[in-house]
Amino acid sequence: MAGVDPAFTALPYRSLGDAALSRTRELGVSHADFRFERVQYQDVRVRDGAVQGASDTEDLGFAVRVIHGGAWGFASGVHLTTEEAVRVADAAVAVARLSAAMTTVPVEIAPEPVYDDVTWVSSYVVDPFAIPLADKSAVLVEWTDRLRAHRAVDHATAVLYQVRENKYYADLSGTRTTQQRIRLLPSFTAKGSDDARGVFDDMSSIAPPAGRGWEYVAGAAAEGAWDWDAELAEVPDLLAEKLAAPSVDAGVYDLVIHPSNLWLTIHESIGHATELDRALGYEANYAGTSFATLDQLGSLRYGSPAMHVTGDRTVEHGLATTGYDDEGVATQSWDIVRDGVLVGYQLDRPMAHLHPELNDHRSNGCAYADSPGHIPIQRMANVSLQPGRESLSTDDLVGRVERGLYIVGDKSWSIDMQRYNFQFTGQRFYEIREGALAGQVRDAAYQATTTDFWGSMEAVGGPDTWVLGGAFNCGKAQPGQVASVSHGCPTALFRGVRILNTHDEGAH
Amino acid sequence: MPATVQDLVEHALAVSTADDCVAIAHHRTSANLRWANNTLTTNGAMRGIDVTVISFARRAGGVSTGSVSSSASSTDQVTAIVQAADAAARASDPAADANDLVTGVVDDRWDGAPDETDIHVFDGFAPALGEAFERARAGGRILYGFVDHHVTTTYVGSSTGLRLRHVQPTGHYACTGKTAYLTESAWVGGATRDFVGVDPLALEAALEQRLGWARHRVDLPAGRYDTILPPTAVADLMIYAYWSAGARDAHDGQSVFSHPGGGTRIGEQLVRPEATLFSDPAYPGLECAPYTIEEASGDDSSVFDNGLPLARTDWVRGGTLAALRQSRETAGLTRQPVTPVIDNLVLDVAGATGSVDDLVADTERGLLLTCLWYIREVDPQTLLLTGLTRDGVYLVENGEITGAVNNYRFNESPVDLLRRFSHASATGPAFSREWGDDYFSRTAMPALRVPDFNMSSVSQAT
Repeated sequence: MAGVDPAFTALPYRSLGDAALSRTRELGVSHADFRFERVQYQDVRVRDGAVQGASDTEDLGFAVRVIHGGAWGFASGVHLTTEEAVRVADAAVAVARLSAAMTTVPVEIAPEPVYDDVTWVSSYVVDPFAIPLADKSAVLVEWTDRLRAHRAVDHATAVLYQVRENKYYADLSGTRTTQQRIRLLPSFTAKGSDDARGVFDDMSSIAPPAGRGWEYVAGAAAEGAWDWDAELAEVPDLLAEKLAAPSVDAGVYDLVIHPSNLWLTIHESIGHATELDRALGYEANYAGTSFATLDQLGSLRYGSPAMHVTGDRTVEHGLATTGYDDEGVATQSWDIVRDGVLVGYQLDRPMAHLHPELNDHRSNGCAYADSPGHIPIQRMANVSLQPGRESLSTDDLVGRVERGLYIVGDKSWSIDMQRYNFQFTGQRFYEIREGALAGQVRDAAYQATTTDFWGSMEAVGGPDTWVLGGAFNCGKAQPGQVASVSHGCPTALFRGVRILNTHDEGAH
Repeated sequence: MPATVQDLVEHALAVSTADDCVAIAHHRTSANLRWANNTLTTNGAMRGIDVTVISFARRAGGVSTGSVSSSASSTDQVTAIVQAADAAARASDPAADANDLVTGVVDDRWDGAPDETDIHVFDGFAPALGEAFERARAGGRILYGFVDHHVTTTYVGSSTGLRLRHVQPTGHYACTGKTAYLTESAWVGGATRDFVGVDPLALEAALEQRLGWARHRVDLPAGRYDTILPPTAVADLMIYAYWSAGARDAHDGQSVFSHPGGGTRIGEQLVRPEATLFSDPAYPGLECAPYTIEEASGDDSSVFDNGLPLARTDWVRGGTLAALRQSRETAGLTRQPVTPVIDNLVLDVAGATGSVDDLVADTERGLLLTCLWYIREVDPQTLLLTGLTRDGVYLVENGEITGAVNNYRFNESPVDLLRRFSHASATGPAFSREWGDDYFSRTAMPALRVPDFNMSSVSQAT
């Protein structure tokens, strides 16, 4: 395992943390934590054989969070001096005092064992920040050149987003954690048109973002590289086929959904619905609430008995994976849906205290802040649909369908504010006729109500169909924060799902 | 003595060894309060400085660039940023968007200290919010909401003589109210630059009224309905159309603004001739930066364009597509004037007067929305968007609100809606529920009535 970047460990977080926490102790708070972060981003965007733009960004600073007088107080700063650390501690306590007047339920947090000076680094081979920008750009440029060599491709773009996230956390109980995570999102898109038909369209790579390093782009398969050559070779023909494809007939179909599309449905209809703060109403003014209310724990029929969904912040290469969360809680793995029934939620320390029955009065480690200037909130764990124990292949599932669609790759998504009504499109939709694929169709979207959809899941593929997909930029809360999260799933078969023709939806 | 923000910018320009350099520093301050279940949940006061250095290196074949950003509060930190940007420029290939840098504009307020906000911007609001919680509780209502205030002072300097300073206040208030059994929901919200006159008790009273409308509940099926979109919902949709109005995509044949066979649709009649959609950095109440500020080049934006002056730009004028978002590079490609993005958006309908209440009074049977949500693009060919209604869909009968209806998922194109609307109100401040929090809050819109709005499926969310 690689070590923590020495340029980070050279920063004065220990002395700033000591100064801030001493000050909060003097002021008599009941809880205080100090979080120092350096988050580095590099984005590269290539278009038609040339770098369009590249930028390096670094976010460096620290925050103090307190519970005082039964209320939260939070403040942050960027000057890396002990004077500033004390000022920020004072500011956090001042905010707590102001908030006390509007806080009707005193704030308390669930306990956690003390971790005195632990270190954790995510699993990767080559730090992408150690690779010269020119080398990375060259790979993306080559991708767009290869795509545009095909007659169906008018334009091609490629992007590479990389993040190196370093955090130091310390609290009054004595926990101190130092961590480093690497993640990246490489992607390309081929664009084309059929002027005679009057249509344009695009086709993107389905490679998921990953908690991996540069080996994901340029390494060997054994190191975890994605098969970019295979995607680059097939996408132009797939685009041509999509441009020439017939428009789907709206109606009710059986669907076989590939993990490259299904991960997003899991994210929206299970991941977000089982964030406890949503079920309790904290997100009501923004993303909404959840139909999966706490009174239905253990009884809500979320889906068919084939549905086994877990939450974790531990799976190797998971985008939400880390050693300790932003409240000093060691990360864990647990069941969310078992045999189709709701059995668990995603928690942080305040909510674990309010509902001690959920995890033995302990958080399951979902607190995260996306920058030193933001407060930690409960963010989605890696929420994954488990494969079946039988070794069903995608072909096996397709073979069970008389009339249906096979859906690959994610595109648009939308779900209502209680997580019921959703609508998704995809990169490509194939007709299934009598157990075999019969060519692409276009203009398709699938629309359903969450529990009806998961209730119609007849079967899941085996472990060989399972892929760890995910989102690089999930948004939540006010003020808005961004988090990355993975979702593993197998291919799955659903019966009787509504398919819309998007062209007809727009006609009148 | 700690460095001023101007010192950081001047230092960047002084130590860069590139052929040219642009330094952009944002001094950011913000404060927020969040509440749910009639109690405060989170709060925050943040301050920070981030500096972006863009270095330009002249070489055979053109000019190459490097852009590096970091939080910074000392000249030493800025030196590190400059060294990285200079190196990135030297290592890059010539940029396709190269143009001469803008020269010589100096703001007479360049020497001014940053303007700031802090938690005390809520000194009037906060105690009244506590009273609002009591009033809500007594009335069997539950409040959830958020107030947010940012003041960012941006300093832009260049080796070609630019010294620009711009203060940008941005803020909004929003409150959702639900009945005790969570079966009805309502929402009020708006943008504010200073929180003067924002009264939580007035918001609570408005929510009480709207929840009162929902006492009579009617279930209606999916279908096309005569629908009134209040200014908030119009803002939700028009912002997306603006974001989709980039010259590059249109020129590439990949957007609703592409002309089939090549080129853009600039000059074509696209929507009703009464509609004019424009941006203006000086629009009263929506004032924003009167020059381009770009930290990285993109499809329709260029680091070479930093400092370009911005003026009123009509995107749609009298129903005709008049301009798309351009950089100097794309303006050359499309052979159109240089019309860069501006950070506000206004829709005017010629001859329209009155308010959303007048549209309601005129409607025999239809739906009045509160706002839209989770808007995503379904089909770029027509810019078909999907999304949901939320927090109040009200039934209008013979000019009166007679009850509340279930929520819906819609599928509609904002471009097509501008062809089909039957009535409009006068234009006024309009806060986009979907985009206003984090992305785009400076909008002024009319309410629009659409005779056949596509409520594609029912959503049982409350």
